[in-house]
Amino acid sequence: MSSLLIRNGRIIDPSQSLDEITDLLVDQGKIIAIGPDATNATDVTQEIDATGLIVAPGLIDIHVQLREPGFEEDETIETGTAAAIAGGFTSIACLPNTSPVTDTQAQVQFIQQKARQADNCHVFAIACVSKNREGQELAEMGILTQAGAVAFSDAPKPLQKTDLFRRALEYSRMFDVPILDHPEMPELSQSGIMHSGAISMVLGLSGIHPDSEELATGRDLRLAETTGARLHLMDISTEGSVELIRRAKGRGVNVTSEVCIANLMLTDEVMRTFDSNYKVNPPLRSQAHIDACVAGLQDGTIDVITSGHAPRASEKKMTELDRAPFGMSQLEITLGLAITNLVTPGHLDFPTLIAKLATNPARALKLDKGTLAIGADADITLIDPEAAWEVDPTTFESLSTNTPFAGMPLTGRASTVIVGGIVKLQR
Amino acid sequence: MKVAATDSAVNISPVPDTWQRRHLLGLEALSKEDILTLLHTAVELKAATGGCKDKLSILSGKTVANMFFENSTRTRNSFSLAARRLGADTVEFSASSSSLSKGETLIDTAKTIEAMNVDAMVVRHSTPGSPHLLSQNVGCSILNAGDGPHEHPTQGMLDIMTIYEQRGSLEGLTVAMVGDITYSRTARSNIWGLKKLGAHVIVCGPSTLVSKAWEEFGVEVSHSLDDIIPRCDVLNLLRIQFERQYTRPFPSVREYAFLYGMNKRRMEQAKDDILIMAPGPINRGVEITPDVADGPHSVILHQVTNGIAVRMAALYLTTTANQREG
Repeated sequence: MSSLLIRNGRIIDPSQSLDEITDLLVDQGKIIAIGPDATNATDVTQEIDATGLIVAPGLIDIHVQLREPGFEEDETIETGTAAAIAGGFTSIACLPNTSPVTDTQAQVQFIQQKARQADNCHVFAIACVSKNREGQELAEMGILTQAGAVAFSDAPKPLQKTDLFRRALEYSRMFDVPILDHPEMPELSQSGIMHSGAISMVLGLSGIHPDSEELATGRDLRLAETTGARLHLMDISTEGSVELIRRAKGRGVNVTSEVCIANLMLTDEVMRTFDSNYKVNPPLRSQAHIDACVAGLQDGTIDVITSGHAPRASEKKMTELDRAPFGMSQLEITLGLAITNLVTPGHLDFPTLIAKLATNPARALKLDKGTLAIGADADITLIDPEAAWEVDPTTFESLSTNTPFAGMPLTGRASTVIVGGIVKLQR
Repeated sequence: MKVAATDSAVNISPVPDTWQRRHLLGLEALSKEDILTLLHTAVELKAATGGCKDKLSILSGKTVANMFFENSTRTRNSFSLAARRLGADTVEFSASSSSLSKGETLIDTAKTIEAMNVDAMVVRHSTPGSPHLLSQNVGCSILNAGDGPHEHPTQGMLDIMTIYEQRGSLEGLTVAMVGDITYSRTARSNIWGLKKLGAHVIVCGPSTLVSKAWEEFGVEVSHSLDDIIPRCDVLNLLRIQFERQYTRPFPSVREYAFLYGMNKRRMEQAKDDILIMAPGPINRGVEITPDVADGPHSVILHQVTNGIAVRMAALYLTTTANQREG
């Protein structure tokens, strides 16, 4: 493998509190020098001029649906990982809602093999908490962990049975793996299509009340506290959830949390279009909830921003709102949406954004990633913070174009994506 | 039945330039001017057809498809009659007998019907927004005949027309919608239309079926029929939709009738000239007792006749606008 010098970029690595304009040297797929040692390197075979660019640890998305096996009309591991690279992500973790579900060693190995063949980004498997994702009996966590599963979740389904959830948390401690839950109480959200509020009332659409999320969040935090296990709360979308997590963290509960990018920028007003591309779970809520989530990101209550990538074939989305599945195809635009909606207006600075998109997701799942430390894998994302572009679903690498953002002008995108020292994308 | 010799003989006003709507999806999006155009056109067409009985030919050569994905008898027949009174042909489509049961999507079904040279589709569907989805995917006019609990614009207009006929104006009247507001498309269409024409709207019913959030839209919220009756010029008694209540919003029909049923005792508290309306079908003895439904204040059957007038107006206005644009 050849050496690669990235010259004159703004190197931001929250894992070592680094933010300076300098050079970075990669050799044999590892980061071997930053600063003068890199600048003065000889025998450099490849050089990238990163003037005006941000050099960040490769971005990591821990909430991705890859849909293969079983739903290849929506996405395959090959197209999903290509979409990840296009979006600046060098690692993703995929949910187990495939068919068959990821609840056996063989399924974990299938994902790993397909990801190797695709040779785009790293893929980490999240396996089911329960056998067949039915929420009744524990899946074989020990065997699955050994096979390479990095976390356990029944998402996008919530862990409804409290006794099973508690047992899962207790059992997971042996393997030091996190349980990921999508907090939702189905009896309060059943048949809900959108946020429950004045807009759902006017539109006559059934609502998903914040109580549904907040009661589950409160329960989950309590279970994490009493078991001492690692809990990661997915899909946080309400003011009440943010406050519950804030207080739990204050008590030292072992919890991390995430918010999907769509829930940080759109309110339930958009449902007036009846466009099913806006139908996501958790639903797009009100500005007060968005503001609370942003405040949660700012004070560290919310650790991670995810794409919530949920690709769905157009024939599934182009239908009546109650029949249309939840989800947006988001991998390719998440970084641009985040810069445009969070950094440009001054809610987050770049080091904080990169912490939410690289450092913290790696920590939440204990991945040996998300850092530019000397000796680390050379997974690097170069970001052009000024790049002006427009969302064009026809150019998506993802098989699915279920996005309401077509035509939206964005600022900032990945300009070079390096995985294990290999340049996978350069625009 | 008498057929008007020519349209010029009955002198129907041309569609005003201000009316630009190819579709009628709801009353919320309509301006006051649009609502008045619909109202005045309906009044005019009712007169021109001798009270919705005679035939005109202003839509001759046009085809109207009735696309009902949810059961309906009165609205479907009302739209059919309206189309035929104006000289249009009609195509009937029901979900049960259709290709939807064979797995065809809503959009494909609509495109197939449209390919039979249909000029307007009257759509009823259980899911809010379904007519909107179709309006973005077909070229003909779409008329919403009820999309779940969202809107039922021609029902709202026929209620408004009925009040207008009795009072000459909606301005300053107090109109209460009583009952299940949460699941009522009729209530929503009435609210938007009435407010735009200057009426004061009250929604009244059990707190599980009447959201406080209506206050954000300038609507008065009440949970006591007895409290509001003396102030009302119009009471519109919504049907309790037993088929829609998958969660029981009140303990029993008996308790509902006790709290919200309109009966002789309550009529004594009402203004002398109160109008009693009901979108039907009515549950006699639940939201309304027979003596009130059949009494002198009831305009329930006027509402039915005006339904045809409003639907004639809606078909005439939307298809004309569509043709003008096309």
